[in-house]
Amino acid sequence: MITIVDYDAGNPRSIINMLAYLGVSAELTGDPDTVAKAGHLILPGVGKFDWGMRRLHDKGLAGPLDEAVKRGVPILGICLGAQLLTRGSEEGELPGLGWIPARTVAFDRSQLDARLKVPHIGWADTEWAAGRRMTVSTSNPRYYYVHGFHIVCDDPTTELCRAEHGYGFTAGVEQDNVFGVQFHPEKSLSFGMAVLRHFAGL
Amino acid sequence: MRRVRVIPVLTIDRDRRLVKTVGFGKRTYIGDPINAVRIFNTKMVDELLLLDIDATTDGRGPNFAAIGDIVEEAFLPMGYGGGIRSVEDAAKLFQIGLEKVVLSSEALARPALVSAIAERFGTQAVAVSLPYAKKLLGGQQVLTHGGKVRTGQSPVEAAKAMAAAGAGEIIIYSIDRDGKWTGFDLPTVTAVAEAVDVPVVACGGAAALGDFLPAIRDAGASAVAASSLFVYRAPNQGVLISYPDEGDLREQLFARLD
Repeated sequence: MITIVDYDAGNPRSIINMLAYLGVSAELTGDPDTVAKAGHLILPGVGKFDWGMRRLHDKGLAGPLDEAVKRGVPILGICLGAQLLTRGSEEGELPGLGWIPARTVAFDRSQLDARLKVPHIGWADTEWAAGRRMTVSTSNPRYYYVHGFHIVCDDPTTELCRAEHGYGFTAGVEQDNVFGVQFHPEKSLSFGMAVLRHFAGL
Repeated sequence: MRRVRVIPVLTIDRDRRLVKTVGFGKRTYIGDPINAVRIFNTKMVDELLLLDIDATTDGRGPNFAAIGDIVEEAFLPMGYGGGIRSVEDAAKLFQIGLEKVVLSSEALARPALVSAIAERFGTQAVAVSLPYAKKLLGGQQVLTHGGKVRTGQSPVEAAKAMAAAGAGEIIIYSIDRDGKWTGFDLPTVTAVAEAVDVPVVACGGAAALGDFLPAIRDAGASAVAASSLFVYRAPNQGVLISYPDEGDLREQLFARLD
């Protein structure tokens, strides 16, 4: 059973649909007790960094999430959900959850050629680091991205996967039982299914 | 390698049937849109665009239940257009799981709607489709209500107005080439792509994979869309839902862009 955290930041329905297709049972909940006791967690999210953090605090979910993470429960952040795992973001003022030693920064437009837009929207070939717990092996994997900010790790060994938009950026992170992906597996065809299936099996 | 989006356009009618038009007129029944989406999932399609071509002329909003059933099967980014008249309509569509809403008639009449949706959901979430056709005495104009109502605006004028209102993408849709397998209207795509900063999607006329390269490399489109090419075996032949292989796309399109 995968517990998807409902905190009013984006729409998790597509994630639920894909898990159902994969035969993985999932529940969507904003209940702090259920989150604290979960066996597998997904933190979805679309929207602004501070909005996301504020909703997690207002709904009393930050504490229960912390409890679950300390118990070693695998948690996967998706898109904004991945950025919230870092210490903080240039997009906002509030501190992030801080489980990943990294920060979230805006795309550096000075490094992008004029035809490349921000936010970065679209498919990108993505390369996985070898031998990590969350490493997914698929040939020529590509995923669908929608983001104006990206994660920068303190230590390159935290990086789980990497993609390019004008320059290479961190597309995924891993620290113990905490995982995050910048892309949307739920919109990434069989490539995304492989990611969710792998996570469900951890 | 730079990737560009190659987008099948699925047009549905008031009865939620997948149909294909010629010149926005004569319709051919293609099949069930849900089946088509399932096939496109397995063909590894970049993005899908679903258009209800009767909503505006029927004077009704989107058929949310039918759209929801279709989106539920799509494990890829999908846009929807047809009958969107308010921010609430757009909000419901995002709730259903769509990535993008596509406005047209209502946006041209009321650009403030584009701004309001972009303000709340971001410019990337709102595209404007500009169906246009030749005028009798030369020049081109954008048409609304399924090609029945003239706006007097040229594609370039309309594209500039829509981009200024907050559209994150302009779909430039040649009615004259719809279903005709003639290739894209490259001069108009070029003019629009030069006039606006936002991504331009070329639509109408694609007959082969080879038509995509000039639309992007030469005309400056950011993406290409097509319909007949992906639902028919060939001109004047039977229905076949298809999509180019990844290898062919890489070799014949992406690798030639730089």
